[in-house]
Amino acid sequence: MPEEKEKRTYQKFVPVFDEENRPFWEATKRHELFVQRCRECGFLQFHPRAVCAKCLSSNVQWVKSAGKGKIYTYTVTYQNPTRGFRDSLPYILAYVDLDEGVKMLANVVDCKPEEVKIGMPVEAVFADVTPEVTLVNFRPAR
Amino acid sequence: MSLKNKAAIVGVYEHPTRFAPSKTTYQIIAESAREALADAGLTIKDVDGLFNAGAGFSLGLADYLNVNPSYTDTTNYGGSSFVGHAAHAAAAISAGLCSVALICYSATPVSAPMAGGGGGMPLDPASNFENPYGVTIINGYALTAQRHMHEYGTTSEQLAEIAVTMRLHASMNPNAKYRDPITVEDVLKSRVISSPLHLLDCCVVSDGGGAVVMTSAERARDLRKKPIYLLGSGEAMRHGAGGHRDLMDIATNDSARQAYERSGLGPKDIDMAMIYDSFTITVLMQLEALGMCKRGEGGAWVSGGRLRYDSEFPINTDGGGLSSNHPGMRGIFLLIEAVRQLRGEGGPRQAKKRLRTAVATGIGGILGYRHAAATVILSNE
Repeated sequence: MPEEKEKRTYQKFVPVFDEENRPFWEATKRHELFVQRCRECGFLQFHPRAVCAKCLSSNVQWVKSAGKGKIYTYTVTYQNPTRGFRDSLPYILAYVDLDEGVKMLANVVDCKPEEVKIGMPVEAVFADVTPEVTLVNFRPAR
Repeated sequence: MSLKNKAAIVGVYEHPTRFAPSKTTYQIIAESAREALADAGLTIKDVDGLFNAGAGFSLGLADYLNVNPSYTDTTNYGGSSFVGHAAHAAAAISAGLCSVALICYSATPVSAPMAGGGGGMPLDPASNFENPYGVTIINGYALTAQRHMHEYGTTSEQLAEIAVTMRLHASMNPNAKYRDPITVEDVLKSRVISSPLHLLDCCVVSDGGGAVVMTSAERARDLRKKPIYLLGSGEAMRHGAGGHRDLMDIATNDSARQAYERSGLGPKDIDMAMIYDSFTITVLMQLEALGMCKRGEGGAWVSGGRLRYDSEFPINTDGGGLSSNHPGMRGIFLLIEAVRQLRGEGGPRQAKKRLRTAVATGIGGILGYRHAAATVILSNE
């Protein structure tokens, strides 16, 4: 089956789904990026979890992000012996400051290593890496 | 209740091995414990407090060493854990929970890459949002270095100065893994592992281990060596903070402040420092957090050989993780070399200035993801 084949050929780490993070990964599969806001104290948070990381309330809601932001910092990685990643060197890893006000880690794609800069506007793109998993990456804003 | 002058380090031993294919980590711990206890004039029978990170449950280690401790502590927040253990041991001794504390460590990542006890990156909830993107230990530090360069104008040349000084110190340490002097140009010409960090901005990988023995200040006065008193300590953490982390605010800002407050000392009272040098950037940011210079001014401050053993503020006189040894969690060696220097046992690499106080401070974990800082201030008076 083609799906089985694709699953085998993707060798990088894939997230382990659990009840806390499943809605996030279901959303990325629809090519949507979600963060969370606490209904009690208003705290906006990433990465998602079952409780508010400010007041520990369980009353957290999913909030759709526009997927726009700026690069807070980045690094171009030239050495990583881990399975999968060693075949895609060099790659750009960055913290992106989402316009909504939280930072998240991702790869920057469609961008040459010498072109990436701190402060660069970026937008979310979605990579369907296996039949189950879609990752969020960022590319220079168009 | 203050811990100032309540407990002292009375024995230290750094295992000379950097490659130990024929030894287990338990054996290296036992050999280190034996020698550190001998250094103190004590024996394994005296040990009633056992402190370790990396060897798993304390039960297995106690079994191997055949000790029955009344107090154990396996706090593990990465490489700085052992500096934290020194603070915890002082507290336990001061509270009467144990009287002789053995802090010990070994890992052999070179000869047995799959053995435990290294730095590593345990899976935790945040990992699902990091690991898919190819995070490594090095690129977590590189993200921080890049931001420091952006905010403060720090340069690769300034970071390289740190590596050059550590190699100079290693050249005077017969056990150091790399002893041939290097230049700033050598660092800049070494290959980029994860920008802006070059190969020579990164610590070595070695086998190794060591042990530290602590007891009460009162008992310490009757032992073999001059006691090295703990004057103050601090511990702190930084992590994702729910997506609101400022990478330039490192945990050492808090751990150093606590150590200063608890010791009644300030940056100007510190004569030398042992600073966890997983990477050059780690040293620079900890120097800033220690208040040796203002935040952002570390690049200029480390230039001109200021950190050399014969300068006004020597650091990492053993050659550090950048050149001497780094089995994965190096914190115990910060304590060991600080004690050797405060005793005047540094040999050719002994600081030229008179030493009364030293700070040992470490970063465990990964600066750009999650990290823990532990700081102790030590004195021979």
